[in-house]
Amino acid sequence: MILIHCPYCDEKRPEIEFANAGQAHVARPLDPSSQSDEEWEAYLFIRANPRGRHHERWRHVHGCGRFFNAVRDTVTDKFETTYKAGEPRR
Amino acid sequence: MTGYRLDNGGRIDRNRPVEFRFDGHSYQGFAGDTLASALLANGISLFGRSFKYHRPRGIMAAGSEEPNALISVDRGAGRFTPNLRATSVEIHAGLNAFSQNRWPSLKRDFGAINDRLGMFFPAGFYNKTFMWPRSFWEKLYEPAIRKMAGLGDAPTQEDPDIYASTYAHCDLLIVGAGPAGIDAALEAMGSNKRIILIDEQDELGGGALADPALWPWLERSRKALIDAPNVTILTRTTAFGYYHDNFIGAVQRLTDHSPDNSDSPREKLWRVRAGEVVLAQGAIERPLVFDGNDTPGVMLSSAAKVFGLRYGVAVGKSVALMAAHDSGWHDVFALAKAGVGIKAIIDVRTELSSALLDEASRLGINVHLNHSVTGVNGRHRVTSIQICNNDDYVGTRIDCDTLLMAGGWTPSVHLWSHSKGSLAWRDDIGAYVPDQPNENARCVGACSGGWDFGSGVIVDVLPTPKDQSRIKAFVDFQNDVTAKDIKLAVREGFRSIEHIKRYTTNGMATDQGKTSNLNGLQIASTALAKPVTDIGLTSFRPPYTPQTFGALAGHAKGALFQPTRTTNIDGWAAENGAVFELVAQWRRARYFPKMGEDMHAAVNRECVAVRSSVGIFDASTLGKIEVVGPDAAEFLNRMYTNPWKALEPGRCRYGLLLKEDGFITDDGVSARLAPDRFHLTTTTGGAARVLNMMEDYLQTEWPDLDVWLTSTTEQYAVIALQGPNARKLLEPLVEGIDLSADAFPHMAIREGTICGIPTRLFRVSFTGELGFEINVPTAYGRALWERLMAEGAKFDITPYGTEAMHVLRAEKGFIIVGQDTDGTITPFDAGLDWAVGKKKPDFVGKRSMARPDLVAPGRKQLVGLLTDDPNVVLQEGAQIVADPRQPIPMTMIGHVTSSYWSETLGRSIAFALVAGGHEMMGGTLYIPMPGKTHEAKVTGMVFYDAEGARLHV
Ligand SMILES: [Zn+2]
Repeated sequence: MILIHCPYCDEKRPEIEFANAGQAHVARPLDPSSQSDEEWEAYLFIRANPRGRHHERWRHVHGCGRFFNAVRDTVTDKFETTYKAGEPRR
Repeated sequence: MTGYRLDNGGRIDRNRPVEFRFDGHSYQGFAGDTLASALLANGISLFGRSFKYHRPRGIMAAGSEEPNALISVDRGAGRFTPNLRATSVEIHAGLNAFSQNRWPSLKRDFGAINDRLGMFFPAGFYNKTFMWPRSFWEKLYEPAIRKMAGLGDAPTQEDPDIYASTYAHCDLLIVGAGPAGIDAALEAMGSNKRIILIDEQDELGGGALADPALWPWLERSRKALIDAPNVTILTRTTAFGYYHDNFIGAVQRLTDHSPDNSDSPREKLWRVRAGEVVLAQGAIERPLVFDGNDTPGVMLSSAAKVFGLRYGVAVGKSVALMAAHDSGWHDVFALAKAGVGIKAIIDVRTELSSALLDEASRLGINVHLNHSVTGVNGRHRVTSIQICNNDDYVGTRIDCDTLLMAGGWTPSVHLWSHSKGSLAWRDDIGAYVPDQPNENARCVGACSGGWDFGSGVIVDVLPTPKDQSRIKAFVDFQNDVTAKDIKLAVREGFRSIEHIKRYTTNGMATDQGKTSNLNGLQIASTALAKPVTDIGLTSFRPPYTPQTFGALAGHAKGALFQPTRTTNIDGWAAENGAVFELVAQWRRARYFPKMGEDMHAAVNRECVAVRSSVGIFDASTLGKIEVVGPDAAEFLNRMYTNPWKALEPGRCRYGLLLKEDGFITDDGVSARLAPDRFHLTTTTGGAARVLNMMEDYLQTEWPDLDVWLTSTTEQYAVIALQGPNARKLLEPLVEGIDLSADAFPHMAIREGTICGIPTRLFRVSFTGELGFEINVPTAYGRALWERLMAEGAKFDITPYGTEAMHVLRAEKGFIIVGQDTDGTITPFDAGLDWAVGKKKPDFVGKRSMARPDLVAPGRKQLVGLLTDDPNVVLQEGAQIVADPRQPIPMTMIGHVTSSYWSETLGRSIAFALVAGGHEMMGGTLYIPMPGKTHEAKVTGMVFYDAEGARLHV
């Protein structure tokens, strides 16, 4: 069971306290109505599937409840880093 | 020597004889014996039948790597455990063990015909033979194969035992308490580290238990470790898996070794998080591959030493050794000195150290260098062996009752591999050893390849003059894979060991190839004429040895499998005969049958009572979220499809929630209590999901909004009073709220007290009748419910359950999200476009509602269905066709989502999702059901009081 560092609690906690919340840094367009069908499709459905570093969101759902971002290696399953929502991509 | 028990020696307690049973016969052993050692002492050599060929099999090893001697233990009703290794089962008074995979008896086994037909069962036999036709597989092949080939019987009764589990944290976890593991523990003992030392055997010592010279050291070390306050010792504990971040799973066996089935837990699952892990799992001796190497009486040399020196049992009276490694020589020297008759040593090598040769000569043991065993005589026990010279194949026969194999050693890198530590090949020992760690871990002792057993050579198959295609030289004993099978796989084109493994099933049995992987690799390497490192290595996966489901499940079974959520009123419902159903994790009253009523009768009565007087319903399970803050209205406006900003405090609104993809995900009536405070309700099953979704948007998309979300589901008991007499019942009990129609209209909320209890009183209706939902602090729920029942007696108040609730809401055309929608339904599909704020610039899901697919014609839409025969209640889930005369397979255009008998209407009603349904009003559709195809008219969804006259009173 992986240990995940919650950047809000500033503690490493077991993964059962967390829930994955999909790819990170997919911002909701500020004005969705201005989006073309293609742009909106890309926002809704098109996601990266990298071999290696992957930016994804996690929620410390059975802890502080906060959503945060993480860089996880999809090959080794190791977390490289975690950081607060709103902070720049690492 | 009595039987095969040596006159002295061993760690067994000769003052404590133990009676036990095997295959119905009584035997005697001593405390400290395993089932294997005790039966060997009684002269038993036949322990089981092999998986595929039903060949007689004996003991091959002395530890958990044993592939042959799988047995079942019966500890009474529901306590039947198959596939245990006889070498790991400690005997105790009353132990009742059985051999497996034989019928009618171990000695006369019908399945042994497979052995003579063996030429018809080559590698890939199942894949090749049983491919066609498909139906034959299910009906004929598989049942027949299951009966003939197999392991022990699965238990048939519920397991009455309890299993404990715990978490543990330590600075240093040591797996394996042989000399290397003990040394690691002693070395760290003086520090302030918290240390856990785990070993699968009943006592510490590992290999030292078979080396009497080490016993004084072992005893000193054991005492020191027990006395050390920072060392936790777990014996009879198997570290079965090594997971991320130094997380190790281990199962401790607590009671199986003792005679009584006490109430204490049978096993305990340890989840250990360690700072550092030291793996001292040792090494496993490798069998040699030759014709007849599976005959009972052929076993590992190291195993014979364990039986002799640890258990005081001679594995035979006349023992020969087939060696490719020095360690076998040392083993038989030790056995000879302990009184075991050693007949001969055969070694494939031509030159050996004079020290070994001199010792053999001193002990009077015949030595045959440059020789190999080419055949074994005896069916249920070795009677003699055939050996011959490796160069000229000149042979001779040696009479003996036991043949030991010393084929070298394989480091136990299982847990190291679980942890994704890398491996490096060592040509000198012909084995993979740990290389680079992936966790904070290291290997010590024999599992790192560091041992002092001497040297040897690696041979894949012993030289033989026989036709290689006609001999039975086993590699994987548990899955009955021979050297020939592996060569065949190579001939048929398999190149990677991963494929060869799956094709031949080598290493895929319950022992995961502990004794077979390396031999299989060597044989494939020779056949492919490629170095071992070029053909790959199969992965080791948890568990190291088979573990019980009980240990893994722990307490999470039966009533404790998952929590059952109950409301404050649940006890009343139970005491009053409610029939319950589970809705998400909630236990809800489905209906309240009176004497003699079935569900149908009870639900009809409950529905009529609501429509004619007043019904009472426990709605406490509704999800509730308190939304607070200056931006609360703005936030809800962005989340829900409807407009919220203009909603006045004191008023309620039906909210429809979409996901960003435009599909309905939840709904519920919510109230504005104050400009900055809302009381949201969600569906019972959707509460957690909705809160998660709202938190997501709030935290990550709109962190600028000043809003707080709090789950209040369990803070309120909610009692729905529904029916024309609801107000009359409520009025005298409520203070501070004017209940009159003008002052408190439909879709309003007021705060006040009821029976002195503070309440948030909603005037809402999910039934179409005048209705109220009374929210009070949870602890008051049942008290208020009982008061309402008492006060309502004059109105013949009737408790109703979820089933009546469903009928009542369906009569009114109200949908249940998740039943009438399926995650691909838009508000328009559901006929809920009225709930979409057309002027709102944005809300979650709005842009998606304009996606091409969501506005395309032919989407499935929610409609009402009225069967031509009013007495027919359609099956929910039944498929719908437009033309019943079309050829099969027919084109299904939709399905029934909700369907009930409406006592109020005196007929059946239904909802259905139908492609293009909104365009079909008045048309006829067909619903094929068992026995008959029914006709139904497409209608609107409101079947009762369409103008809402009953509501606005
Ligand atoms: Zn946290």
